[in-house]
This record gives sequence, structure tokens and C-alpha cells, in this order.
Amino acid sequence: MLSTPALLLATMLFGLGLIGLLSRRNILYMLLSLEIMLNAAALAFIAGGARWGQVDGEIMFLFILTLAAAEVSVALGIVLQLSYRFRTLDADAFSEMRG
Amino acid sequence: MMNLLWLIPILPLAGFLILALHGEHLSRRLVAWVGCGSVGMSACITALVGVEFFHGLPDRASYQQTMWNWIDTSEMTVGLSWHLDALSFLMVAVITGIGFLIHLYSTEYLSDDDGYARFFAYMNLFVSAMLTLVLADNLLLLYLGWEGVGLCSYLLIGFWYHKPEYGTAAQKAFIVTRIGDTAFAVGLFIIFTQLKTLSIQQVQTLAVEAWPVGSNIAMIVAVLLLIGAVGKSAQLPLQVWLPDAMAGPTPVSALIHAATMVTAGVYLIARMHDLFALAPLVQGIVAVVGLLTLLLAASSALVQHDIKRVLAYSTMSQIGYMFLALGVGAWSAALFHFLTHSCFKALLFLAAGSVIHSLHHEQDIFRMGGLRRQLPWTFWTFLIGAAAMSGVPLITAGFYSKDWILWSVWSSPLSQQWMWVGALLGAFLTGLYSFRLIFRVFFGEVRTAAHGEPGLAMRVPLVVLAGLSLSVGFLEIPHTLGGLSLFGPYLSQVLPTMEVRPGMDDSSEAFEQIAVTCSALLGIGLAAFFFLPRVSVVDRLVGTAVGRFFVPFWQGGWGFDRLYERAFIQPWFALTRDAGEFLDRGYGVLVTGAEFCHVRLSRTQTGHIRWYAATIAVGTLMLLGLFAL
Repeated sequence: MLSTPALLLATMLFGLGLIGLLSRRNILYMLLSLEIMLNAAALAFIAGGARWGQVDGEIMFLFILTLAAAEVSVALGIVLQLSYRFRTLDADAFSEMRG
Repeated sequence: MMNLLWLIPILPLAGFLILALHGEHLSRRLVAWVGCGSVGMSACITALVGVEFFHGLPDRASYQQTMWNWIDTSEMTVGLSWHLDALSFLMVAVITGIGFLIHLYSTEYLSDDDGYARFFAYMNLFVSAMLTLVLADNLLLLYLGWEGVGLCSYLLIGFWYHKPEYGTAAQKAFIVTRIGDTAFAVGLFIIFTQLKTLSIQQVQTLAVEAWPVGSNIAMIVAVLLLIGAVGKSAQLPLQVWLPDAMAGPTPVSALIHAATMVTAGVYLIARMHDLFALAPLVQGIVAVVGLLTLLLAASSALVQHDIKRVLAYSTMSQIGYMFLALGVGAWSAALFHFLTHSCFKALLFLAAGSVIHSLHHEQDIFRMGGLRRQLPWTFWTFLIGAAAMSGVPLITAGFYSKDWILWSVWSSPLSQQWMWVGALLGAFLTGLYSFRLIFRVFFGEVRTAAHGEPGLAMRVPLVVLAGLSLSVGFLEIPHTLGGLSLFGPYLSQVLPTMEVRPGMDDSSEAFEQIAVTCSALLGIGLAAFFFLPRVSVVDRLVGTAVGRFFVPFWQGGWGFDRLYERAFIQPWFALTRDAGEFLDRGYGVLVTGAEFCHVRLSRTQTGHIRWYAATIAVGTLMLLGLFAL
């Protein structure tokens, strides 16, 4: 079946993204990792759509694409503000909200 | 004209609403016009209604007016309805007439006060509530007015609220009268469950049919109503609030704590007289309570230093006379004394206010003296008031009303001889303490200089009230002195006239009157002997062992304040403190638990985004694992 390797690829991509998110300290790289995880999820939907011959998978892919675009535009704005305020992109430096 | 009746209580209420909502934006002149005008218009309408009441209605008639139904259920219908008869008309006339004069006086007395609009708003609300009380057709509406006047009394005693002790005095008055009000409310519940109605007329007729004389239920209801009356009228044992209530501005003391509100208890008992006639034992208690209060207050008034406290104790004492008269079945005599008392006591308070005003808020009579020449208007009006209170024979109103009461106590089949002796002693003490005030304040050497007489707005009420204090007594002249009886027949439409015990004739009445006159004059004479000479005889008397015991005892109002402090207030505070700590322990456990969890949980909030991402990932994995299993 075609879907099994595609799902495997999606899982690997998701895992890579997660590892990147947790291990990277630069907030830009964390955003990149987030994009990878989103695309992994989108790939899983494509695989699902192909497996059952339904159009829903592709529709979900489009949704995720839109979501990713929106997310990036907001996130980049936040990153700009953060770098302006803290003069750094180190995510561990932004711990003002600790309880 | 009769159908204008509803306007009488509504106009002051409208005045209150205007002043309470917009008073701050109005000029002082306008506030005075609204405040006085609303009560003045009520007084005018009362006069119009009175003309028709006396001419248009046949004898034994009353006028009923229903505005709308307040509460309307299948079991209970309470109307917002007014009932005008001879008794309520008397009360309305006094409240609006004397109320207007006191409002007029206040426009000048409080002219420098910051709370000018607030004062008139409260006063108008008071007049409205008091009129509701006396015009109410049913007991629930009466209770509404009863609570309304209590509220206004509280607000006005604490009018100068920035002084904490004034606020305490206001709370004391409110809480002590509340004891009486609670008993009154319980009485109303019993009346309603037993008779299924609250209309005053129906309650009285149904009670007479349903309850035999001396039955338990009649006694219980009468006792509960009596406790309510005792609380409002500052009689034993709930009298402790009235002397402290003098913290309010002097016009308030004149209107609320002398002329009108404190006599609400007298009105209540007179209004429910059929009920009290069903409980002869309770009626006896009314007389004894009145007599004891009258003697207690009169002796306390003898030794007070504050001019207003003397008058407060004298008010208690005079209301004691009214209770005594009610207790022996002399309903009309009690109401006649109410009428004369509101004139002369309002006069005394207003004149005392004028003294206090001229001396820059000095109230200690030991720092006054020799004001006779500096304040002639105040002196003469105060003298007339004091003479009326002590019952100077023939010319003053107080003589005729007090004589009627004492004659009733002497001749009533319900009274005992010792009551009359006690009342006679009271008349003697009244003369003594009234003229002690006169001699201390207006005679002797000048101790504090006065800064001029009051203006016209204060002088007119004084003169009018002085005229009334001399003249209203002529409504009822005993037949040993010519005999003119207008007041008794007028009230006989609503209140039964007292039967005289057999064997009482003109000669015994004349003897009784001479005894009363002598005791009053003896009191005045003794006051002159004690307080007029420069080297005061009384100082030596106070210095003796007996004096050293009695003077502080009387000054504290026979130690009732200290007794209540020990018996109720301190145990209560101890209870709240100790039991409170024990009960708080349960809540303490909750507090510690919440704090413990709070500390632990807040540590997970590190503020590191990667920590949050990791916890989300781990959490998702754990959930997935759970579903997989």
C-alpha cells in the first residue's frame, strides 16, 4: 500500500519537528520546527485521503496550509516584537511569565 | 376636599425624592423652599381636610381612601389605604403643623451646614413616614411607617457622621428600637394567623368577638404590641437610646425625639385600645411601666449637665405620663397630653437650640448663665415652655393636660392610690428640673457670652409654639374651673371615655387639683431656693454621702447602660470572639490546603516555552498511551 510509507514519512517528519522544537533555543528555528510538524500532519491527511479515495484529505490539507500561513504571519510579528524588546532570539530568555 | 387626603403623606415624599436625587445641584434657597414647602403644603391640605372633617362628616364617622392594593393574594389583601378619624386627624395636624414650624426653624439653624440638602431630604422622608404611620388603615402599612420613622431617626441622629460617637449613638438607637420592632412584628404575625386580617378596624372588632377578656392570646398579642410601643417611645426597659439620640441636630430632637416619633407608641396603644381592654393585666403593666419611667427619667433629668440630655429625660418622663394615662384607661387624657407636650417640648428643644446656636455649640449648662438679658426672645419662650412642662396653673397648657391625667389616675377604677402618689411626685420633680434649667441657663452670672439673638426664621416658630403652649390647654378645662370640654367629646368618636369610680365628686376633684398645683409650685420654689442664690445650696447637698451616691447613679440613668453592657454586650462579644475562633479552624484547614496546592502548581509555570511544549508532548503521548491500552 502507498499509504504506509507516506504515514511513516509523516511520523518521522513529526518526530523530527518535535525534537527540533524541544532542542532548539533560537525561536526562529522553533518556528521552523513547528512548520515541519504541521506539514507532517498535513501529509498524514493526504495519505488518508489517498487510502480511502476521498477528497476530504486534500481539503484538510488546504485548511492546514491556510492555518500555517496565518500562524506564521502572527508568529513572525511576535518574534519581531520579542527581538525588539529583549535584543535576543533565545527562547529561554523569555521567562517573564513564570508563576 | 376629603379626597385630597392622599396628598398629605405623598407631598413630603415628593420633597424627599427631589432633594435626595437633585439636592446637591440646587441652591440653598431652593432646598429650603422645597424642604419647607412640601411640609407646609401638607399642613395646608390638612387644614382643608380638617374643615370638611369637622363640618362635612356626621358624628362617629371616619373617612377611608384606598389608593391601590399593595399586596393582593387569595388569603391576604393589604391596601395602600388611608383612614382618617378623630385620632389620626389629631396626629396628622400635630405632625404637619409642628413639623412645618421645625422645618422653618431648621432653614436658619443649619444654614452653615454642608449637608443642608441631605438634612431636609431626611426630614421630609421622616414626615412622610410618620404620616403613613398615623394614617394607615391596616397594621402592615402602619408597620411600614413605623420602620420608616426608625430609619429616619437613625439617619438623623448620625447626621454628623464624621464623629464616630454620633454614629455609635445612631446605631444604639436603631438596635434598641429594633428589639421592640421585632416583638411588634411577631405580634402582627399572631394577629394575622388568628384573625386572617390586618385591617385595624376589623382586627379590633374580630378580636372583641373571638377572644374573651383576659384570654391568653389577647394577653400575648397585647404584650408584644406593648414591647413595640415601649421600644419606640423610650420607656422602661428600652429607654436607654433616647438620651444618646441627642447627638442629632437640635431640630431633629425637637421633631423626632420629642414631638412625634417617640409618641408613636402612645398612638399605637390608643389605636389598639380595644385589644388592650381585652387584656386588663397588660393594661396594668402599661400604667406601671409609665409610672416607673416617669420617676426614673425625672430623677435623671435633675442631675444632667447637657441641656439636651435634660430635655431628653424630660421627654421620657412626659411620655411616661401618657403611658400612665393609657394604662388607667384615660385614653383621651393621654392624647391631650400628647398634644400639649408636642407644643411645649418642641418649643423647649427649639429654644435650647437657639441657646446652643448663640453660644457656638455649647451644651453644658454649667458653662451657661445670665442669658436672660442677652437672649430675651429665647428666654421668654423657654420660660413659657418650662412653665407649661411643670404645669404652672391656669395659664399654661401643661397644667390642663397633666391635671386631667392626674385626676384620671385618682378617679379611675383601674388605678391604685400609690400610682397617683407616684405621679404627684413626678409633677414635683418636673417643676424642679424644668426650673433648674431656667435658673442655670438664664440667671446668675454670665459664663459664656452669646453672639446675638437668632433671626426671624428661628424666632417665628418659637413665638408660635409659645402661643400654642399657653393656649391649647383651654380646649379642655375641668369643670371645677368653669368647665369647657372640647377635646374629650372630639376624641370620644374613636376612644371610649373613662368611667369615674363612684364616690368621686367636685370636692375631691378640687382637692386633687390643689395637691397637683401645690406639688408643681413646690418644685419650682425649691428650684429657686436651690439654684438661684449665688452660693448654691445644692452644691453642699451633692457633697454629702447620699449625694455622692445618687448623683452619678442618676446621671447614668439609673445604671441601665452599664447593666446592659454587662448583661448583653460583653457576653455577646465574648461569644463572638471565642466561638468564632473555634469555628474558624475548619476554614483554616481549607485555606492551608489551597495554599499548599497553589505553591506546588505555580512551580510548573516556569515561563519557558520549551518546557510547556515538552509537557504538552508528554501529556499527549500519555493520553494516547492510555487510549491504546
